[in-house]
Amino acid sequence: MNMSETAAPYGTDPDRPRPAVRVNVEQASYAYTARAHGAPLFTLEATTFQARERELVAILGPNASGKSTLLRLIAGSIAPLSGRVELDGFETYKLDARTRAQRIALVHQESSLVFPLLAGDYVLQGRHPHGRSLWFESEDDFAIAKNALAQVGAEHLAERWMHKISGGEKQRVVLARALAQQPLVLLLDEPTLHLDIGAQVELLAQLRRLAAEHRYTVVVVTHELGLAAEFADQIVLLHRGKCLRVGPPAAVYQRELIEQVFETPLEIETGPAGRPRVLIKGRKE
Amino acid sequence: MVPVTLARVVRICALLTVVLVAAVLLALRLGAVPFSLTDLGQNLWWLASGRPERLSTDFRLIMVDIRLPRILLGILVGAALSVAGASFQALLRNPLADPYVLGVSNGAALGAIVALLIAPALPLMTPLAAFLGATTTISAVYLLGRREGQLDSNTLLLAGIITASFLSAIIMFLMTTLASRDLRGIAFWLMGDLSTALPRGLLWVLVVGFLSATGAIYTTASDLNLLLAGEREAMHLGVDVTRVKLVVYISASLLTGLAVSVSGAIGYVGLLVPHLMRMLFGTDYRLLIPTSALGGAIVLVLADAMARTVVAPTELPVGAMTAMAGAPFFIYLLRRRLP
Repeated sequence: MNMSETAAPYGTDPDRPRPAVRVNVEQASYAYTARAHGAPLFTLEATTFQARERELVAILGPNASGKSTLLRLIAGSIAPLSGRVELDGFETYKLDARTRAQRIALVHQESSLVFPLLAGDYVLQGRHPHGRSLWFESEDDFAIAKNALAQVGAEHLAERWMHKISGGEKQRVVLARALAQQPLVLLLDEPTLHLDIGAQVELLAQLRRLAAEHRYTVVVVTHELGLAAEFADQIVLLHRGKCLRVGPPAAVYQRELIEQVFETPLEIETGPAGRPRVLIKGRKE
Repeated sequence: MVPVTLARVVRICALLTVVLVAAVLLALRLGAVPFSLTDLGQNLWWLASGRPERLSTDFRLIMVDIRLPRILLGILVGAALSVAGASFQALLRNPLADPYVLGVSNGAALGAIVALLIAPALPLMTPLAAFLGATTTISAVYLLGRREGQLDSNTLLLAGIITASFLSAIIMFLMTTLASRDLRGIAFWLMGDLSTALPRGLLWVLVVGFLSATGAIYTTASDLNLLLAGEREAMHLGVDVTRVKLVVYISASLLTGLAVSVSGAIGYVGLLVPHLMRMLFGTDYRLLIPTSALGGAIVLVLADAMARTVVAPTELPVGAMTAMAGAPFFIYLLRRRLP
């Protein structure tokens, strides 16, 4: 698979103007407290970045760096303590649940089911924000759900039970449900967590392709250094609730910085497409 | 994958209505005085076509005054408890939830008893107090069932069972210390019984209450499907979680309160019926709510017919019949490995 072409950062081509900003995170911060007026348990300090259509942004950092918090701020499920998080100029947490779900699709780390469900029905749930309160799916909804499954190469899973398919297959079905929402923004929380390396690469390549074809803005939370470097247009580097750097991988991946954030000795090279490559070293020599 | 469409919902409901009519006819025939099917049909036709003067005396006494009202009550109570059970299962994300298991039925019973003690003359006080008892209990169980802000399945069930036994102890206490009052017997509230004749006005309150509460729950049916995947996930798929939860909690408590105020705490119908309907027609709530209502009616009418006849001439409380079938089913669901 030749990655160098698809992996070129979007917007570097002078013949095509850069699309407008879609997600605008401006000095947004958040704090978790156990009790009101108590000392915060965890703080995400003011973070600023922009994401455009067709762009793949990776929120990168080790565990407990505030990645998921930042994703929840973008999703609008929590309100920022200060600053703004906007989608096309609207503050995301102020949108009502239905409108928000028409524009933003969130793919979770874990989703558990109480009763068995067919994968096809699961994908169909993505059509819910486009329906009324009591509502039966139309022919269009079935076609969109079927198409969503096809886009992730999982048509054959439609008649399978969700609790009987493998982790990689499940991840595809969950992504298909997000696509069925026909959103503007796709948010993914650690989508590669339970996948083997082949499935990880496949998923990220798929996200790049979907972003290009459907003009999605894709934001992925990950701690996979190598994958982020290879696939992201932009990296937002977080460490203990602080946003340390925002920019294309080549600008963010500096050895000392990354070593300090991930607390491990590393070597960073530059690949043929100008993207950094990370090598793990067992011990500091 | 068979899609859930309005046509399919109507088709399955029509089928279940036929079964319900058959169950009603069977229940009408069963009893100490036998009627032939032709007699029954003829008399029912006269009754339905507005010619009650033609009815035989036997039929009027036994059918119109005793068996028919009792069957109608069974239909309403069974439907109300099953819809309440299905709703609690989605709200609490727990397949073992049921008004009886969660202690909600006992809360409603306590409310009804207190109303009867304080103001026995006011007829609508009993269902109202039962509703208040039901909402208070479900709120208490919900709060007790939380651990570190998360609803914990096992803690919730234990909280429900403990609350139920605590409330039934209070009911026992009230019944024993205030025994001089004419209350309908302790077995009525603790086991559930359909033998009380209701004033016609109260039956109408029951019908209207049942239809409006079930209707309110049905408007959220597609939201309940998503709520089963968790509140956060449902919210990201466009469900107004706070509104849906409020509507369904209040309606399900109302259904429980109404049912308990006229029939006592009949157990396990709300657990048994929704699961049977899931096995037959799938887990989609757009199908599950109406099928549970009809299925609950069928099951309770048949259970009551059995309660009247198995040890005739003595009657069993219908709650004993449902518990005999429901308790083993609860154990089966508990032991089964869920996805």
